[in-house]
Amino acid sequence: MNARSAADLAPPALFGAGVLIVWEFVVRGFGVPFVILPAPSVIFLRLIHSIPILAADFVQTIQGVIAGYVIGCGAGVLVAILIDRSQFLQRGLLPLGNLVSALPIVGVAPIMVMWFGFDWQSKAAVVVVMTFFPMLVSAVAGLSSAGAMERDLMKTYGANYGQTLRQLRLPAALPFIFNALKINTTLAMIGAIVAEFFGTPTVGMGFRISTEVGRMSIDMVWATIVVAALTGSLFYGIVALIERRVTFWHASYRQRGA
Amino acid sequence: MRHFAAALYDAGPRLKANFVRPRALRATFSREAGEGIGARMKNVLPVTIVVAALLVVWYVGALVMNTPLQRDFFANAGVTNYSAEDLAIADLNMERPKLPAPHQIVAELNKTVLETAPTSKRSLVYHGLITLQETLLGFAIGSALGIALAILIVNVKVLEKSLMPWVVASQTIPIIALAPMIVVILNQFDITGILPKAVIAAYLSFFPVTVGMVKGLRSPDPLQLDLMRTYCATRAQTFLKLRAPASAPFFFASMKIGVAAALVGAVVAEVTKSEDGGLGARLLAGSYYGQTVQIWAALLTAAALSATLVGLIGLADRIVSRRMGFAR
Repeated sequence: MNARSAADLAPPALFGAGVLIVWEFVVRGFGVPFVILPAPSVIFLRLIHSIPILAADFVQTIQGVIAGYVIGCGAGVLVAILIDRSQFLQRGLLPLGNLVSALPIVGVAPIMVMWFGFDWQSKAAVVVVMTFFPMLVSAVAGLSSAGAMERDLMKTYGANYGQTLRQLRLPAALPFIFNALKINTTLAMIGAIVAEFFGTPTVGMGFRISTEVGRMSIDMVWATIVVAALTGSLFYGIVALIERRVTFWHASYRQRGA
Repeated sequence: MRHFAAALYDAGPRLKANFVRPRALRATFSREAGEGIGARMKNVLPVTIVVAALLVVWYVGALVMNTPLQRDFFANAGVTNYSAEDLAIADLNMERPKLPAPHQIVAELNKTVLETAPTSKRSLVYHGLITLQETLLGFAIGSALGIALAILIVNVKVLEKSLMPWVVASQTIPIIALAPMIVVILNQFDITGILPKAVIAAYLSFFPVTVGMVKGLRSPDPLQLDLMRTYCATRAQTFLKLRAPASAPFFFASMKIGVAAALVGAVVAEVTKSEDGGLGARLLAGSYYGQTVQIWAALLTAAALSATLVGLIGLADRIVSRRMGFAR
């Protein structure tokens, strides 16, 4: 298993390292102006030297991300359970949910900034709006994913609605819910960062990016992007890890034969 | 031998169909029986009622949120003896409300879309067209790149192992954070106007297309691929006659996501470089000057644009899948 995962990791790791090396050589070899593209080593140095600023930005942004993510995803699952019993509400809400999922929701950022102020609460509100609908649509699909046979079995056991929900339908919905949870990690990061373009106290990743671009200190922008990328990947990775722990019974993990 | 293989090929879908859950099978049959339109009609009433309920909630919300502000206004203006009705009417017709009422947004849309000349900078048509151009150009570049990359990944083993994990990992990164910088970088090369924004739109639309198309081009099952092998089909033939047609549903699904992502990219790019206009610039200007009605109008226009583009691709999807004989 260890040897295999190492073999799986080697090609992308080599590819990534190759890109970095080519990047460094191209920038230094052709004398690419600093404003256009700083070398990876320069970005790394900048990152090391400005850890306090980057840490403060990280804390500011992650508050909005986490609060919004938890509220948005939680509300999505709850509303899905609520409308699950009513065919009527499902028919009315789901087309709207699908429509809203395709809309440029980041546009609500200025409105939320106006309503909830410059601090992280307004960013959380944007994240709530962005994560709610994908979760709603996925969770409703997940709740109806339990097969007819299993439902019939629950009926022969004399299980009531609550028991069926807890023992059969919620567990069956988990893969769908986790799918939305994973998609929403990215959406939450995007929502919080873009909302910061519209106004923040003078701290936060989105603020840092937009001001440092204005000051032409592109290495700082890249350093912030590295932090954002690491945060996004880590967030996704944690959710994926929990998913693996919780839905270990699902076919997509069983087949791999760990 | 050839007949045997053909029989196997024919049996493939049927074999699978026998194992499909009865409910899914029934769904397929009812769809074939042309109930798709019926089902859509059945949705009309619930959707209408939910939308009506939303409008009611909206009006109530506007009342609740605007009342404190309006009370202050009245107090500042020295008006003391106003009835609840006066207050409510004033709430719903404020110039800079916290939450504008729907009829105010409709009035603003009417003013900026229909009554203003489309060439004026105050017209939403003017800004919408800028955003539309950026979106379409970016979407064209992004989807072409995405499809090309997917074809490479499916055909070249080395690339699949080394490139695909990065394409997936890139999904977890807030790519939009790069938008301001790309605009600045391209400015250094004297590339201005709609192109920098189209590049960002392309950047956002390109990943969903790659991932969807890789899935689509891989969707033929082993039986069908084996059949192509028994026919001695070349790689190009397998690609043109089996992989490409099989990827059609995935193609349209990823186009829909891609065009929506492209619009988001264009709008965000406009926020970071607002002097060229566009719906994102309208959003930013509205947020600077507290013009909430203007923000909502721009937002609704962007939403309508996105829904129209996605709807057009959905229409193309339906036409193509009917031509290809997929029962829908």
